Formats: sequence, C-alpha cells, structure tokens
Amino acid sequence: MNTQGNTYTFIYSIVLVVVVAAILAFVSLSLKPYQDENIRNEKRQNILSSARIESTAENSEKLFNETIKKQYILNYKGEVIGEDAFNVDIPTEGKKFQSAVKSDAKLAEALKTGTPLSTIESAALAAIKFPVFEAEINGEVKYILPMYGAGLWGPLWGYISLNADKNTVYGTLFDHKGETPGLGAEITTSKFENNFRGKTLFENGKLESIKVKKGGNATGMHEVDAISGGTITSNGVQTMLDNYFKCYEQFLKQQQ
Amino acid sequence: MSDKALFSAKNLQLLLGPLSKNNPVLVQILGICSALAVTAKLQPAIVMALSVTAVTAFSNVILSLLRNTIPNRIRIIVQLVVVAALVIIVDQVLKAFVYDISKQLSVFVGLIITNCIIMGRIEAFALANKPWPSLLDGIGNGLGYGLVLVTVAFFRELLGSGTLFGFNILNYDCVKAFGYQNNGLMILAPMALILIGLVIWFHRSRNKDLIEGK
Repeated sequence: MNTQGNTYTFIYSIVLVVVVAAILAFVSLSLKPYQDENIRNEKRQNILSSARIESTAENSEKLFNETIKKQYILNYKGEVIGEDAFNVDIPTEGKKFQSAVKSDAKLAEALKTGTPLSTIESAALAAIKFPVFEAEINGEVKYILPMYGAGLWGPLWGYISLNADKNTVYGTLFDHKGETPGLGAEITTSKFENNFRGKTLFENGKLESIKVKKGGNATGMHEVDAISGGTITSNGVQTMLDNYFKCYEQFLKQQQ
Repeated sequence: MSDKALFSAKNLQLLLGPLSKNNPVLVQILGICSALAVTAKLQPAIVMALSVTAVTAFSNVILSLLRNTIPNRIRIIVQLVVVAALVIIVDQVLKAFVYDISKQLSVFVGLIITNCIIMGRIEAFALANKPWPSLLDGIGNGLGYGLVLVTVAFFRELLGSGTLFGFNILNYDCVKAFGYQNNGLMILAPMALILIGLVIWFHRSRNKDLIEGK
C-alpha cells in the first residue's frame, strides 16, 4: 500500500484524531468524579481555613460538616434566595458581578460613591448569588463570606469570617490564579492574612469596609498593611473587599 | 524474540546508557526548562520525573508500533498528537489522585509536551526501532532525566528549606546554634541552573571521554 499518497494521509490523520479524541474523552469522563471531589475538598479546606481551622484533604469533609451549621444564598438586598451555598460556583458569580458593574452605570456609580446598594434597583445585580456559611466554633457563630475580584495577572478570591457581631473580622483566606511570586502572591501568606484579624467593618453603623493601606502605618481599626511591591494586587484586594462588603451590607446590618 | 534477547547487552545499554554516559540532561542538555522549575522540592520533582518517564516510554512504544504506517509528510504531527494525548492523560490522572502536587507542578505537566527529550527520542530512536528496544530507550531516558531532577531537588530542598519530602532535617535550634541558616537563594530558579552546572562538572570529571577536545 502507498503510505505516502494524499488519500492515505487524509484517512490516516482522520482515524488517528478520532481514536485519540475517543480515548481522551473516556479518560476525562472516568476521572471527573475524583477531580471534582478534590476541588470540593479544597473549597472546604479554604472555607475552614478562613475560620482558622486547619484541615487536610482527608478530614476536610468531616470537619466541614461538623463546623458549618447553616449555609444559605443571599441576593444583594440581603434576602435569602437559596440553601445550597456550597455548590454555588464562586468564580461564575464573581464574573457575573464584574460584568454587572461594567454594564450597569448606576451600580458602578453607587459602588464608587458609597451609596448603599439596597437603594438602587439593578436586574443584573439581583441575579447574582451571594453565599453565606454559618460556622459554630467553640459555641460562637462565625459568618463566612466568599469574595472574588481581579488582581494584576488574573483573578483573586478569598473567604472572610466575621464574628457573631457581623463587624469584627475573625479570619481570612486569600488565593489567586497567578500573581507575581514574592510580590503580589504574598497575599496568601499568613503574615498578610493575619493582619485582618480583629479589624472592624463598621464605624457608628456606617460601612467603612477594610482599607488596604500603603506605607506600613496601618493602625486604624479598619486598616491593614498593603503588600510592598504588590500595589496592583493590593488594590485588587481592596476593590474586592469594598465591592463585596457593599453587596453583603444589608445582611451585615441585620440584627446589629 | 527469545526471552534471552530481551535483556541482551545491547538492550541493557539502551536502558542504562541514558542514566550516565548518554544522559539527556547532563550530556545532551535537553529538558533544562522543567528541571529548573520543579526542583525546589523533592516530591514534585519525583512526580515530574515519573510523569516524563511514563510519557517517553509510552510515546516511544506507540510510535514504534505505528512507525511503518505513518505517512512521512505528517510524521511530526502524528508524534505531537500521540505525545499530547499522553500528556493530557498524565495531567488528568495527577489532578485526580495527587491534586496538591499537580497544583504545584501547574503548567509544567502540560509543558512536558514541549520537552525536547520526548520528541528527540521519538525522532532519533522509536521511528527506526522495534517496540521493545523503544520501550527500554524511553524508560532509560525518562529515568536519566529524573535522576538529575531528583539530585538537584535533593540539594535545593535540603539547603533551601532544611527539609526532605517536607520532613524537618535541619530546622533545629541545635543546628541553628552553629550559625547555620537555610539559604533562600536555593529556592530560586538560578540556583537550579548553577546546581545542574555543578552536576555536569562532577559528571564530566568522572567521565573524561565526555570532555570535548579543544
């Protein structure tokens, strides 16, 4: 047979590609459950870590079920719209939020000026789910809020746990896709994360958020030190905190 | 092929040669990129070495089996398809069973496809030889690459972090009392290059016939 002819070459490549595609599809489908479980375990570990509980991939599910007593999904007005907060995909919701800010001028304006979001009507914002996890640690309730934003090279995300007063930060966890190692990537270190502990969100009932401040002189109750050399990443964290605390504002003000 | 011939002197040389005299990293200076990137810790280095070995071995065998059917004009593309498929399978398996390490290796698993060792062995060996010698050649080259990776990772983790496989080796007060400190430079990529240079120096000093004449 002529293995150098055009017909042979075409048929050969078609058969090869179809066979390889079938093998890959089979491998991918059969490994998917394991991979999904790993991703879920990592999410559990992250949520627990923000509430200052260290866990491993093996015990995270047990610890998570023991610690997280309640979970629910809110809209931006603080109304409960669902139960299954764990299965809310944070990146999907985060990207929806980012495009809502881009497309809705009123929303962007409100975020900039600090107008409470509950006073504006935004269809795009109303479609976004804001999950809350209620943990019970040593008999005290902690609220864990997921967040999502943009850094210098890619997305940032994190979880912030608040004390029962919904005002004082109990713990945080930040992560990122690809910030610069040694600079922006330092947001994942405990040095940065521990800065947040004990800081407060409200001043006389007004939401102040937490300010990531440059210059190493963050002494106020709402201030933490920024990462030196990681200005854009620090600003990204700042914007993420501001935006999400605004979205959770109604929830945070309830029963205060 | 008789059983006796399976490990004949010539076949054994295919397996063992790349470990030293014909080492892909030390002698042919291939696959340096990933050797710099994944050698800060031993554990990812070993997983990377095994992944590369698996890919070189299987790609060599598969392409050796196909060697008489491949149209010459598209042979590089056929090689790429096979290698890419194997790399994706390795990546998926790592994500499913050693998720932490697969996160540390990140893009470098995907970049195995661009590792010159693999395409080099297919072109230079598998397309001209039978499956069994090709398998040995693939395993030998993968292990030769892995050997260098593990050597470099051993020194980088020990001197950089004071640990091996994450277990504490040097981080004790009695060691620190002598003024010893972990060398942060070891963790950074340039040190891997310097270490590989030192390994090559050592290797050539032991194998004088590898030194090029002036």
